Amino acid sequence: MLKASELRLTFNPGTPIETQALRGMSLEIPTGQFVTVIGSNGAGKSTFLNAVSGEQRVDSGKIEIDGIDMTRQPVWGRARHVARVFQDPLAGTCEDLTIEENMALAKMRGERRGFSFAVKPALREEFRAQLSTLGLGLENRLSDRIGLLSGGQRQAVSLLMAALQPSRLLLLDEHTAALDPRTAAFVLELTVRIVAEHKLTTMMVTHSMRQALDVGQRTVMLHQGRVVLDVSGKEREGLDVHHLLDMFEKVRGEKIDDDALLLG
Amino acid sequence: MSLYTLLGALEIGLIFSLVALGVYISFRLLRFPDLTVDGSFPLGGAVAATMIAAGHDPFTATIAATLAGAVAGLLTGWLNVSLKIMDLLASILMMIALYSINLRIMGKPNVPLITEPTVFNLLQPEALADYVFRPLLLVLVVLAVKLALDAYFSTQSGLAIRATGSNARMARAQGVNTGMAILAGMALSNALVGLAGALFAQTQGGADISMGVGTIVIGLAAVIVGESLLPSRKLYLATIAVILGAIVYRFFIALALNSDFIGLQAQDLNLVTAVLVTVALVVPRLRAHWSGKKGA
Ligand SMILES: Nc1ncnc2c1ncn2[C@@H]1O[C@H](COP(=O)(O)OP(=O)(O)OP(=O)(O)O)[C@@H](O)[C@H]1O
Ligand SMILES: [Mg+2]
Repeated sequence: MLKASELRLTFNPGTPIETQALRGMSLEIPTGQFVTVIGSNGAGKSTFLNAVSGEQRVDSGKIEIDGIDMTRQPVWGRARHVARVFQDPLAGTCEDLTIEENMALAKMRGERRGFSFAVKPALREEFRAQLSTLGLGLENRLSDRIGLLSGGQRQAVSLLMAALQPSRLLLLDEHTAALDPRTAAFVLELTVRIVAEHKLTTMMVTHSMRQALDVGQRTVMLHQGRVVLDVSGKEREGLDVHHLLDMFEKVRGEKIDDDALLLG
Repeated sequence: MSLYTLLGALEIGLIFSLVALGVYISFRLLRFPDLTVDGSFPLGGAVAATMIAAGHDPFTATIAATLAGAVAGLLTGWLNVSLKIMDLLASILMMIALYSINLRIMGKPNVPLITEPTVFNLLQPEALADYVFRPLLLVLVVLAVKLALDAYFSTQSGLAIRATGSNARMARAQGVNTGMAILAGMALSNALVGLAGALFAQTQGGADISMGVGTIVIGLAAVIVGESLLPSRKLYLATIAVILGAIVYRFFIALALNSDFIGLQAQDLNLVTAVLVTVALVVPRLRAHWSGKKGA
């Protein structure tokens, strides 16, 4: 379970380019829930995910995962609990390492790394079996440098890597955005399968309203560093893309009014 | 070239292949431009020569020199990781600090080893001449280091260091403490350089405060020459390439200095190095250019 309470984060405070990226952002995700996150550019989605993963320190607020306070933990300290797939396919893998070395790295996510060989025969078989489920022929290319793979292939491997080791939270930040439509659909399908298979608590940022509603059990909308919409269950089932777009426009309008009031 | 100069070149080439392996770890695996080596090479020499001159066992002295190198690398890493000083600058600071430290250790600008025992003359069998035995022993040492490095960098811990250099953000997301990985890699790199310095002092008749000048350039030259001789991203091939690079480089230098018709002298060494590195940098690009044309 993720519990983020009252997160605040300001970039470049006290300068003309000051940006309040998170303004009292709170969100609770029960164990096993798959949440999709939407919001306009600059709403604070990536900042929120970065705060949860530890890449950005919050100015105030509290981040707990399964009751453990993570607020002050560095990225590598949280990695035991948090798995990630980045938007940029190049970011989630080490291009200089082979496919199996990348997977071996992920297999030990958050654990002590000792002096035994990273890729052992038994592990190699496990990786081969995992890769063959992708149907991309990668099971025969274990010792190829991962830099030789296409973006879609790398993203698919990244997803497998995220699930090699149990995690309490999976973070996906527009992880299909850099892919062509067919590959994106494939990676999304794979995501749904892996999340279901491992019953992962998941937060997925997307710009596609369709995706946001089709996938997962709950959808939240961020605006100006806060949750402005949170739908699940029956209410969500009744929603359509244009409903969502309407709400999108509405909250945006309201928020602008809010600010106008404040400024006035 | 006589057999004697040939073996001499091989000997120095092998010693510098340890430097080159160290430079490969910092520059290539960690992507940390580390100039500490100009200080940790003479540091190794200073520690070994001073200890041997004071009557310590040469093996103990060599190990101590290696550890001293590791500490120097650790400090450079610490300046960068904990004090957030830019990598190149951190290593320059360490390099100049080591100049004073090395003088302190030696107590004078040079410590000769003429009659003292060394790891070489202690192990040398009666039947072999010293100039034959030294390169022979060094081949074994370098081979052992190479195999140990290949093995280490395919362990979980070694993989974490390579991942840190290749994609630190990803490494952290996988739970790698990248700060510690940098410290470990820098310590390992400079330990090898310290070892090289200790062996150099024991083959060249002592340590000298200026023995470190240009070490980094020679190390880099070896890495670059090696990579153009044997381009490969596979680690066990890359380490061979780097070792070959160091030896080939040394042969070229010996050749250039020994060919009367070119008329080069010892003081032209740095110029020869610069030309060699330039050629080694340009050749792969020309090769790519030509093969590109063929393909078109
Ligand atoms: N490192 C940074 N330094 C300064 N400002 C930043 C930084 N990262 C984000 N911001 C600002 O914080 C705000 C929130 O950005 P964030 O990236 O979280 O938005 P987002 O919801 O992910 O948007 P998008 O849909 O475009 O990815 C933006 O105004 C952005 O310009
Ligand atoms: Mg974003």
